Amino acid sequence: MTTSTTPTPPDGDQPALLEVRDLVRDFPRPRSSLLRAPEPVHALRGVSLDVRAGQRFGIVGESGSGKSTLLRLLAALDRPTSGTIRFRGREVTGVPERRLGFLREDLQVVFQDPMGSLDPRMKVRDIVTEPLVAQGHPDRLGRLDELLEAVGLPARAADRYPHQFSGGQRQRIAIARALSTRPAVLLADEPVSALDVSVRAQVLNLLADLVDEFDLTLVFVSHDLSVVRRVCDTIAVMQEGEIVEQGPADRVTTRPEHPYTRQLLGAVPSLERALAGQDAAGLAAAAGAAAPGADADREVRR
Amino acid sequence: MSDPVTARTPADVTVGGAAVDGAPGDDHRLVVEDLSVRAGRLGLVHDVSFRLGRGERVGLIGESGSGKSLTALAVMGLLPEGLSASGSVRVSSVDHDLVGASDARLADLRGRVLSMVFQEPMTALNPVMRVGDQVAEVMEVHDLASGRDARRRAVELLAQVRMRDPDGVARRYPHQLSGGQRQRVMLAIALANEPDVLVCDEPTTALDVTVQAQMLDLVVRGAAERDAALLFITHDLAVVATVCERVLVMYGGHIVEAGPTRRVFTAPRHPYTRGLVRASDLGALGVDGTDGSLRRPLPTIPGTVPPAGAFPSGCVFRNRCERADEACEVEPPWDGLPGDGAACVHPYDPEDTAAPGDTAASEPGGVT
Ligand SMILES: Nc1ncnc2c1ncn2[C@@H]1O[C@H](COP(=O)(O)OP(=O)(O)OP(=O)(O)O)[C@@H](O)[C@H]1O
Ligand SMILES: Nc1ncnc2c1ncn2[C@@H]1O[C@H](COP(=O)(O)OP(=O)(O)O)[C@@H](O)[C@H]1O
Ligand code: SF4
Ligand SMILES: [Mg+2]
Ligand SMILES: [Mg+2]
Repeated sequence: MTTSTTPTPPDGDQPALLEVRDLVRDFPRPRSSLLRAPEPVHALRGVSLDVRAGQRFGIVGESGSGKSTLLRLLAALDRPTSGTIRFRGREVTGVPERRLGFLREDLQVVFQDPMGSLDPRMKVRDIVTEPLVAQGHPDRLGRLDELLEAVGLPARAADRYPHQFSGGQRQRIAIARALSTRPAVLLADEPVSALDVSVRAQVLNLLADLVDEFDLTLVFVSHDLSVVRRVCDTIAVMQEGEIVEQGPADRVTTRPEHPYTRQLLGAVPSLERALAGQDAAGLAAAAGAAAPGADADREVRR
Repeated sequence: MSDPVTARTPADVTVGGAAVDGAPGDDHRLVVEDLSVRAGRLGLVHDVSFRLGRGERVGLIGESGSGKSLTALAVMGLLPEGLSASGSVRVSSVDHDLVGASDARLADLRGRVLSMVFQEPMTALNPVMRVGDQVAEVMEVHDLASGRDARRRAVELLAQVRMRDPDGVARRYPHQLSGGQRQRVMLAIALANEPDVLVCDEPTTALDVTVQAQMLDLVVRGAAERDAALLFITHDLAVVATVCERVLVMYGGHIVEAGPTRRVFTAPRHPYTRGLVRASDLGALGVDGTDGSLRRPLPTIPGTVPPAGAFPSGCVFRNRCERADEACEVEPPWDGLPGDGAACVHPYDPEDTAAPGDTAASEPGGVT
């Protein structure tokens, strides 16, 4: 079944930078029976949302809820089964790659696993400036220095390879690369989930600074509401391929309306609550994962 | 014998440790003394000592690269080729030291007396064997059940870790399961033989918060039902506080602070622990952030963890520490009780809290 959520109308008259309407993405499931055609995986079941210029838009949900699928579609790295995406009023869906130039320059993505997304055989210099080559940028090396400085890496990092850096530094390299084309929109899929708390704090600060400095519009995906709230002004909550709640970050995290949002809030471990006596059983209960049979898994296969 | 935890009052360790741990002196499930790990001449873990009581849950925290996994692997006798352990690892039910024991002997103890859950279950599970058979196998290998009996117990264990349709899951292969389901299979395997000691190395780091909450609950229940001692490794302080009664903080292969969870997280004495506590505090959920408190930069620990071999001499933290001076150029002695203190020459006062929500203490750079 396809349901559609009407996005909360943007306050103010600014037109949306990204307009998503009734987005559906089905993935075929491998056949497990000769008799029945397998039911497809409904990764997105009719998602609609608007992201305005300058907004910091957070998408939260548990594993398998469809966050990455949505982000890949926004970045035109995948095609929807149905529905539309417009960027600056221009249709993105169904447009051939050679005519996506307007999107490629202006919208960049940072992924969770910095190691997986950086070519291990390339030096940082080439990784960061690669998007500029396609653009025929006149001063790539000048831009390289600016970018490394912006993400807090020393200039000598340019001559090294990704494996010579820590996880947090690799995430900085990925961010520098994403910013190279001076995009208006940065999409980030769990950019701090693989990082230590101390490094997480550094990267979150860096993202906040860069968003201000470069007037970025940010779309930030995470399963952790405490992280999303730190970075975003608007939060959309996804459950099983649908947006079940959306609103200002403060409202969603302090006065959640949907029971699922409440569960996601309850699932975030908290030092305060733990010191006030919350144990593992209490956390599981708050996350709605404790009751017998309330299997938290959605049988995700990644 | 330069371990900070024991160096000052070696005779007191059992008594002092027991008093602090709340565990009876001779009721320790695991006693680790002066455990070191080296790669040739390069020291990676240095003179680590700690004890786990029956049914006790102890956290081991620290940033990536601080030596947590190597400590766990050394305890399990699972160090990779090229690394060697020295010191002592003793388990109450075994009458000899595990350090220096033969591979065959260790293999017999693993999965029976000591068991472990790893961060990435895909590498620990056999990809071409049905998961039910893998749970049954660990019982058969140790002669605790066999044949149909082992298979029936395997399904029971899968049900215990809250697998919906345990019969069906037992017949699947690891790649047919989600990350959270695989972790629960690992836990079922780890618990199958009623171990005395359960070691979990970042068992939920790759999971989302909902699945993590369930897994933590299962780990704690599984250990409690068996009265097993739990060593729980993570870099997430909120997770440790939820799971553990006591915590060990590791940096540069040293235990730099130890104590009851509440004391360590509300009044950390070591500057490193304090940095970790402050950097973890993203602000309490449910508290309105419209006052702009969420827009302030998060406090961070300056710099990064150096690679092994590149830590400074003396105090390993001194190139990142706001309190460092000449006194820190020699290895700092342990300050405090054996099981409750820190290895630091200029520790913070107990009154100097860094509790979450304590705005004065979480102001960046607000400490001198
Ligand atoms: N290429 C694919 N083929 C088949 N199914 C897929 C594919 N990509 C995603 N899916 C399925 O679509 C659903 C949504 O996946 P998605 O990766 O978007 O989730 P997510 O919210 O990003 O989860 P996580 O938090 O684990 O990253 C899941 O059921 C997933 O298994
Ligand atoms: N097989 C090995 N050979 C040499 N150095 C290693 C080996 N395994 C780990 N190390 C190093 O030992 C240090 C501690 O590693 P580890 O115990 O994995 O840290 P943690 O689990 O705290 O992230 C790191 O600097 C790491 O690079
Ligand atoms: S011994 Fe010195 S350098 Fe080390 S943590 Fe204490 S104050 Fe800092
Ligand atoms: Mg994802
Ligand atoms: Mg590790």
